[in-house]
Amino acid sequence: MSKPIVEMKNVSFHYGDRQALSDVNFIINEGDFIGLVGPNGGGKTTLIKLLLGMEKQTNGTIQLFGQPIHKFKEKNKLSYVSQKANTFNRGFPATVEEVVTMGLTAKLGYFRRLSRQHKKRIYEAVEKVGMTGYLSENIGELSGGQQQRIFIARALVSNPQLIILDEPTVGVDAENVEKFFELLHELNKQNITLLLITHDIGTMTHHASRVACLNKTLHFHGNPNEFQTLSKDQLSDFYGHPLNLVTHEH
Amino acid sequence: MLTNLLEYEFLRNTFLTGIIIGIIAPLLGAFVVVRRLSLIADALSHVTLAGIAFGLLLEKKTGAMLITPFYSGLGFSIIGSVIVERLRRVYTAFQELAIPIILSGGVGLSVIFISMANGFNTDLYNYLFGSVSAVSRHDLYSIIIIAIIVCTVIFLLYKELFLLSFDEEQAVVTGIHAKRIHFVFIVLTALVIAASIRIVGVLLVSALMTLPVAASIRIAKGFKQTIIYAIIYGETAVILGLVSGYYLEIPPGGTIVMLLILLLITTIVTKRVIENLKSRKHRLKTG
Repeated sequence: MSKPIVEMKNVSFHYGDRQALSDVNFIINEGDFIGLVGPNGGGKTTLIKLLLGMEKQTNGTIQLFGQPIHKFKEKNKLSYVSQKANTFNRGFPATVEEVVTMGLTAKLGYFRRLSRQHKKRIYEAVEKVGMTGYLSENIGELSGGQQQRIFIARALVSNPQLIILDEPTVGVDAENVEKFFELLHELNKQNITLLLITHDIGTMTHHASRVACLNKTLHFHGNPNEFQTLSKDQLSDFYGHPLNLVTHEH
Repeated sequence: MLTNLLEYEFLRNTFLTGIIIGIIAPLLGAFVVVRRLSLIADALSHVTLAGIAFGLLLEKKTGAMLITPFYSGLGFSIIGSVIVERLRRVYTAFQELAIPIILSGGVGLSVIFISMANGFNTDLYNYLFGSVSAVSRHDLYSIIIIAIIVCTVIFLLYKELFLLSFDEEQAVVTGIHAKRIHFVFIVLTALVIAASIRIVGVLLVSALMTLPVAASIRIAKGFKQTIIYAIIYGETAVILGLVSGYYLEIPPGGTIVMLLILLLITTIVTKRVIENLKSRKHRLKTG
């Protein structure tokens, strides 16, 4: 039995009067690759913000790596690839190497600088995502798919056990989305736990080990095959509106 | 000029100050530009002017040098930077509003202080446009201390400042105290502005922070290179600007800024020409 990394118990969250999450019970075990789906405004990003400590739950408890979230300090165990990775200022003068180095900020802590070993880690992370030849290129000059790989490398460099990704494939073309998922699959095999928000349900169900469907509360949490056998009506119920599910035939 | 430089202390002070601000203004400017805060330098320099006017007023009214204009300018600049930060938090959706508020506040205060003193003499003119002869030994020491503080803080907080500039959300998730670091950063900006004003003047100090970066960003690969090239541009313009300002008897603020603009235009044009040549070569090869 693998260890739970994230445990959410009866978690609720309100933005003022509006309830974003209600009574969510959610467990992520070590080695999981969870695809988190659900309608817009269903609370997916809110759930991630709670896990990242950017918001605090109104009710319920959250444990990260066995510790209550407010006591959790080992930020380097967890990495985050945000949607914003797609919308950063492309004119920003930063090389691929400089961007990946940012991933070590939490690990190093204040006032400490890079050692040779850290440099090696940076090169390894870039190699893992297949971007070795681009180290000294400006990040803005790469394609959307390549940039996304660099942001994955940045997430990898601190050697995290859990990577949280918020719709990383927005704006990436279909061919590269597939490649991107293959990369995630590869990382997952190396025992990195992944939590991925996505609208790309078809591609995700081919790679993820579990699917969680969130609309204010968790409506479904199981393996992708079960998810695919759900009827259209059931899915529409989860989503709160009729759903055109695009599945990729392979 | 070299003999004059050796002979007159005020010239030596000016040149040493020039060399120092030629480093620290573009160094901090690189962060200012990528954080899209280019106009904040302008706002703070006008607050500094109010501080200087206040200092000159004190001097005129009391006849004593309790607080020299340099220090009152520095004090106002730091207070201004704190207010900018507060205002940016009040108007989270319109953060740039902090700039006109602070800028006009600075000019308004300056006008009041200046008229209370029934106008100032050439001293104020020097503060507006810079001067080759205005740096006292005491000012120089203060500027050296400011430079040491600025360089040390940037050296120690480089990776935090860089991440905060590139991706504030990621910085917060990483556990960086964004607000504190931002505060430190804006105070550093205030210090650099106060240090630079003697040479380039209130009206042109923001140019020394942003123009070298504007030029270097066109040709640099990555952020560190951007900083290095910006310092080279800044230093070139300051030294040549001081020398030509001295000989032509023009305030160095004018010569330094025009040199920076010349360097900027040359960089943009040269880069375009090289790119055109490259693509023509490429077309010839493939065509």
